[in-house]
Amino acid sequence: MAYSDKVVDHYNNPRNVGSFGKDTPGVGTGLVGAPECGDVMKLQIKVNLETGVIEDAKFKTFGCGSAIASSSLATEWLKGRTVDDAAKIKNTDIVNELKLPPVKIHCSVLAEDAIKAALADYKEKWSQAEAGADTSAS
Amino acid sequence: MALKLPIFMDSQSTTPVDPRALDAMLPYFTEKFGHPASRNHPFGWEAEAAVDRARGEIAALIGARDPKELVFTSGGTEAINLALKGVAEMYREKGNHIVTTAIEQRAGLDVCKRLERQGFEVTYVAVGADGLVDPEAIRAALTDKTILISVMLANNEIGTIQDTASLGKLAKEKGIVFHTDATQAVGKVPVDVEAMGIDLLSCTSHMLYGPKGVGALYVRRKGPRVRLAPMIDGGGHERGMRSGTVPVPLAVGFGRAAALAHEGMGEEAKRMAALRDRLQDAILSKVDEAYLNGHPERRLPHNLNISFAYVEGESVLMGLNKEVALSSGSACTSATLEPSYVISALGVDTELAHSSIRFGLHRFSTEEEVDFVARRTVEVVTRLREMSPLYELAKEGVDLKTIKWKAE
Repeated sequence: MAYSDKVVDHYNNPRNVGSFGKDTPGVGTGLVGAPECGDVMKLQIKVNLETGVIEDAKFKTFGCGSAIASSSLATEWLKGRTVDDAAKIKNTDIVNELKLPPVKIHCSVLAEDAIKAALADYKEKWSQAEAGADTSAS
Repeated sequence: MALKLPIFMDSQSTTPVDPRALDAMLPYFTEKFGHPASRNHPFGWEAEAAVDRARGEIAALIGARDPKELVFTSGGTEAINLALKGVAEMYREKGNHIVTTAIEQRAGLDVCKRLERQGFEVTYVAVGADGLVDPEAIRAALTDKTILISVMLANNEIGTIQDTASLGKLAKEKGIVFHTDATQAVGKVPVDVEAMGIDLLSCTSHMLYGPKGVGALYVRRKGPRVRLAPMIDGGGHERGMRSGTVPVPLAVGFGRAAALAHEGMGEEAKRMAALRDRLQDAILSKVDEAYLNGHPERRLPHNLNISFAYVEGESVLMGLNKEVALSSGSACTSATLEPSYVISALGVDTELAHSSIRFGLHRFSTEEEVDFVARRTVEVVTRLREMSPLYELAKEGVDLKTIKWKAE
């Protein structure tokens, strides 16, 4: 199977590989997939609690080149977005950007799941602490 | 000598034609172009003599008593199809049960699936963690309706060599036809249809440095005489079992390649095993949690299969594929999204099946190539582990089995 140039680039030069401490303020962690399925993604966001903007994102992925590229791309796209904007990233955007073939679409789905899981984890842990959040303001 | 890239280490998929085999073939494309079944003129006689010589060379390699016991086919897949379907049809009145294993190559399994749809019953006997099938497990699977035992001689992924002689003995004792898919074994390790009690044997030319497009099925003529229903009807070539013009240049190349393999086998197997061990030691000494798949001793000398925990096979290949041609049991290298059924059948964790890499050495492999491939494999696996969440968790002391994975 031939890989698109973008998949190769992300595989060779993955962006934002690494980890944040899970309990660091503003960090949301998503761990999706399963080893027996051949794909596991850990995606983390670090949100500025003052502004609600994702300041940094990191990933680690067990999976094929397309899975690595999908999660690497996701971290690039997450940085600088607000939490609400981040939720708008769709797997089809990843498919189009990386030109994934049909058999690799599940990689992009997993990346979207990882984003959602990280956002959900963030909200559960830290939305109370957000300066602009209505509940905490009252 | 400078290393020439990319390096080919996928010899279970195919091998390059030995230049000596190619030289033998060339005249049969042009000046010696006759049809081997043309009985009435020198062009035909010349072609027939060449095909007969090739038949004899292949017969000698597998210990067949009579070259006539070899039927040329288009390759291993056709030989397997002819063996299984031919027996199924011919012996239908005697019974409808076939015993095989879970790790046969695709052709064997797919023919069995088709026969099941046609009313045959097939028992797929499990193998042990080393890939060996216990002859007693085969015995236990036999019924009074069993007409065929089909067990591959050596596996194409893990290289495990079966106790074929015991299986042959069992088949004789029970009066059941015994087929072996020897595609990977012939020309690499000693094969003897008499000593091993083989009734039908499938093999192919391009695994032993001959051309693609030709293979052979050995069909025992004496003790017992095995009969097959043909799949292809026509001019009655190949003793009526496989009509169609024998591709003379390909058969000649196959024969020459078989003769070369026969001559050099002992020495070549020793050299392959030494290179294989060098590769294995270089990798296993530098990578923790890397596991050898298959039997540590009973295996093909040119085959090495390793699972690298916490990294996925295709991603390893992707890091190497500009420099080294390898194969993986990873699901992502196939369209099915299922990992290797062979590695899975060994009972190893599915995760490790996704992480298996197969190395295939060949006649033209060198120590320099082996050292390079070992070094690059270690580098790529190490890099991928640094970005593996599973490796991170394992290093934190988390037992991956205790995590509740959110599988799709």
